[in-house]
Amino acid sequence: MIAPKTEKLTPGTVKLACRNVWKLFGKHPERFLAAHDNRPTYEQIREAYYIGATRDVSLEIYEGEIFVIMGLSGSGKSTLVRNMTRLIEPTAGEIIFDGMDLLKADEKTLIDIRRKKMGMVFQNFGLLPHRNVLDNVAFPLEVQGMARFAREEEAEQMIELVGLKGREYYFPRELSGGEQQRVGIARSLAVAPEVWFLDEPFSALDPLIRAEMQDEFLRLQKVLHKTIVFITHDFDEAIRLADRIAIMKNGEIVQVGTPETLLLHPADAYVSEFTQKVPRAKVVSAASVMTPLDSASPIPPTVSPVAADTKIDALIGRFINQQEPIPVVDASERIIGEISMQNALRVFIGEEAATHGC
Amino acid sequence: MGANEICSFAGFYKTPPVPFAPISCPAAEPDAESIEEMVEMEPVDRSAPLIRAWRRIWSELKSAPVTRWIWVAVLMTWVTTRFIDPPWMAVYPEDWVLPFKDLLNRLMDWLINDLSFGVFTFKEMTRSVAWLLEWPMTWALGIFATGVDIATGGGQMLHIPHLPWIAVVGVAAILGHAGKGWNLALLAGSAFLYLAVFGQWESAMMTLAAILISVAIGALVGLAIGIVTAGSRRIEAWVLPLLDLMQTVPVFAYLIPILFLFGFGPVSAMIATIIYATPPMVRCTMLGLRATPPEIIESGQMIGCTRRQLLWKVKIPAAMSELMVGLNQVIMLSLNMVIIASMIGAGGLGYDVLAALRRLKIGAGLESGIAIVVMAIALDRLSQAFACKAPVNLRDATFLKRHAHSLLAVAVILGGYALGMIFPVLMNYPETWEVTTGPFWDGMIKFININCYDQLEWIRSGLLLTLLMPFKRFLIGLPWLGVIMALGLVAYRLKGFKLAGLVVALAGFIAVTGFWEKAMITVYLCGIGVMLSTVIGLIIGVWAAKSNSMSRVINIILDTLQTLPSFVYLMPVVMLFRVGDVSALIAIVAYAVVPAIRYTVHGILNVPATVREAAVVSGCTPYQTFWKVELPLALPDIMLGINQTVMLALSMVVITALVGTRDLGQEVYIALTRADNGLGLTAGLGVAFIATITDRLIQAWTESRRSHLGAA
Repeated sequence: MIAPKTEKLTPGTVKLACRNVWKLFGKHPERFLAAHDNRPTYEQIREAYYIGATRDVSLEIYEGEIFVIMGLSGSGKSTLVRNMTRLIEPTAGEIIFDGMDLLKADEKTLIDIRRKKMGMVFQNFGLLPHRNVLDNVAFPLEVQGMARFAREEEAEQMIELVGLKGREYYFPRELSGGEQQRVGIARSLAVAPEVWFLDEPFSALDPLIRAEMQDEFLRLQKVLHKTIVFITHDFDEAIRLADRIAIMKNGEIVQVGTPETLLLHPADAYVSEFTQKVPRAKVVSAASVMTPLDSASPIPPTVSPVAADTKIDALIGRFINQQEPIPVVDASERIIGEISMQNALRVFIGEEAATHGC
Repeated sequence: MGANEICSFAGFYKTPPVPFAPISCPAAEPDAESIEEMVEMEPVDRSAPLIRAWRRIWSELKSAPVTRWIWVAVLMTWVTTRFIDPPWMAVYPEDWVLPFKDLLNRLMDWLINDLSFGVFTFKEMTRSVAWLLEWPMTWALGIFATGVDIATGGGQMLHIPHLPWIAVVGVAAILGHAGKGWNLALLAGSAFLYLAVFGQWESAMMTLAAILISVAIGALVGLAIGIVTAGSRRIEAWVLPLLDLMQTVPVFAYLIPILFLFGFGPVSAMIATIIYATPPMVRCTMLGLRATPPEIIESGQMIGCTRRQLLWKVKIPAAMSELMVGLNQVIMLSLNMVIIASMIGAGGLGYDVLAALRRLKIGAGLESGIAIVVMAIALDRLSQAFACKAPVNLRDATFLKRHAHSLLAVAVILGGYALGMIFPVLMNYPETWEVTTGPFWDGMIKFININCYDQLEWIRSGLLLTLLMPFKRFLIGLPWLGVIMALGLVAYRLKGFKLAGLVVALAGFIAVTGFWEKAMITVYLCGIGVMLSTVIGLIIGVWAAKSNSMSRVINIILDTLQTLPSFVYLMPVVMLFRVGDVSALIAIVAYAVVPAIRYTVHGILNVPATVREAAVVSGCTPYQTFWKVELPLALPDIMLGINQTVMLALSMVVITALVGTRDLGQEVYIALTRADNGLGLTAGLGVAFIATITDRLIQAWTESRRSHLGAA
């Protein structure tokens, strides 16, 4: 078993946390778990013909971040997100939502939390086929007992937000996949949830539409600042969207970190296999590959500096016309290092020497 | 990708094809050889110790395909008759018959005469249920057929006449337009117009009223049971066998107890109809609710639906198309019951048919029968149209436009009454305008019988002598114990001891109650009917699957065949072939061939295109592609069709008792005329058990075959 390598980058309040969450499928899983001191190994589970869909998962999701759970099919990512929302009851562990254990909530409280604080988007949209766009988006509000006029007005706003104005009276079957997912997004946002779960939202879409929807998603998040749990099996998508990524395998978390950390410090061979094909220059930032300078000896700024979080592919073009290293400055415009053409180019061939630990 | 498909194709080839139906000749060959081997083995092995031989045969058998087991079973049966032959093994001794039917009779007597809940008796309870049901029935009859009397204070009665015929025709057309546009409007309108023009109006409206109430109650009850059943596997374990019984016990069998408990009259007829017509609604509800995509349910849960909201706002609307299919089935089955229901007091078209048949007025009977068919087609198409109708966006339309159909319908009804007051011809269709086709049909039958008598007689006796009689003699000659053992063995091989136990118990029941020979006659009629249906179904099905234009024509014919009430099949056949087994057989085949065709088409069209392409690329001729690839792959589907065919054939066999067959159906029918509860129920259970045995065996085979082919 690999110990998950966790780190804290985005300091902030913990919105949602899993503590030693287990989900085993089989007969009387809680007895099996207890018989193995609550920590059965992967082999023990397999030998007893159980399926360990979620194994001892602990993670913390901060307010306002995009937290991506990445794993291949069968890795348990869908089960994990359903554990977090209690669509699938975990066998053991705690799900802490706003400081309260969700697993101890009774049905009424749970329904209330889902109505007011959670929103979820599904891979195959999960739209109600007998309702048009407006009624689908207004459905969560209807369930809460909001009057028709008020709920339709709010739904109208959501529909406009996702760019479907004018399609209010279309039925799901009359829309393309991308449009249907926009409806799903609008519906999940209609109640202004605090935590937004997206379960492979773009996996059922064509590549072009998928890219478009990813942009749309980032645009929305810039406006909305939700706490987001995003499930995907596509590492490129994870890199593109995530503030932090958790990589899952066989029901457990292998590593949690920013895209850059995963790339530069993969916890094991499994993780590095994913990172190999990623265009590194788009992920690695200047701070990671610069040569650190002693702040006591400032160099004259003959060359204009770049910010520490600038990605390498954004600065590489400058080396066409210059030979000198580019200075790197931190948030307070202080020079903290310099980046040479050689170091920058190494990133492209995957031989960068990470100088600055993250 | 391509390599993969070829691989799976090759893999498919390696699996030994297991034929069940005798039609699949290419696969039957190796098994026939192996049987010869086994038969030849016997003398060689005699020198070796007997036990060792037995062990070898047993180990061979355990892994052998089902076909071999069937052969062994047949061999065993043959051996028992040939060599062991104590008489009790061949023919079930009469002294051993258990008095099951007397027991049932006593139970019914006790229910009706003695059972009491203190304040009221059981019979009072059932009669009050009948009284409760009579209320909506009277109203419906009043609206459609007899008119309604309303007390308006001071002893005055206000008589509101029944709906004017012109209004009913109009509303039918409007419904058609709302469902599927002008074509259906024309069809529905002219169907009802037909009823008026051909003088069937009054009876037809009585039937319509009864059907509407039965359907409403049946659909609601079915929906409720379906919702409860879908929610719990434990309840399901109780409900499913009950549904099976409701669908396989012939209706005649439970007419008598209903008669005893609820009295003679339209309400009893309605209860019988509901028992007969409700099961598909329960099944469709369960199916629909269980088939809701999990994501839709999860999205409902995440939105924060309570359980009730989840059921009524998410699951039921999402299952709407299945529910409408169920409703359509309820309507069709209710119509199927129209004639039988008139035996215990329903009026209307069914009564007309029955009365005409009793007086041998073929023309009049046929006319009423056709009226039932016309109504069935109209109601079927209307309910199907609403089942398939997708919701349309009408939000931006005005109030008038949104409710155009309902407003128009109300207008037509009110207008109909108003015009009817002024012009009575619009209220009641005048008799002088009626057209009757009775004499025409009588004349045609006479003509055919006079001019084609020899040909018909040739067909009749030919069938009887070459096919029916030998098969019947063969089946009756089989020893009961051997047959039961053979069935048990096959069941054991297919699915283990549980199924074998069930099959032996059910078959044993038939023997123990003394109905073995009658049951064999049922099996013989049904068996030949199924065989013929299968052959016809395969030929037509393959033809339809291969040609688009053909499939369109066949679909129309099948739709029509399926909407005909089973009784209607009997009439023309009896006219041409007189009473007897041949008439029964033809009626059975005509009624039961539909699923055989449908499932064959379905199975062959379902063969993955890539597999077919792989066969063609491997160099198969069209003939080889069909026999070696398409047919084996379609076989599980085809077998399901044959299963349905068996069920329909059995239900028809009972009805053919009316034309003089001597099987279990006849027993049930005799019981009906003698009002013998025990006899009717026991014989009815016998029919149901034959159906159940066939159904379980075929399903077990299909299941194992499907998993063999890798389909879920």
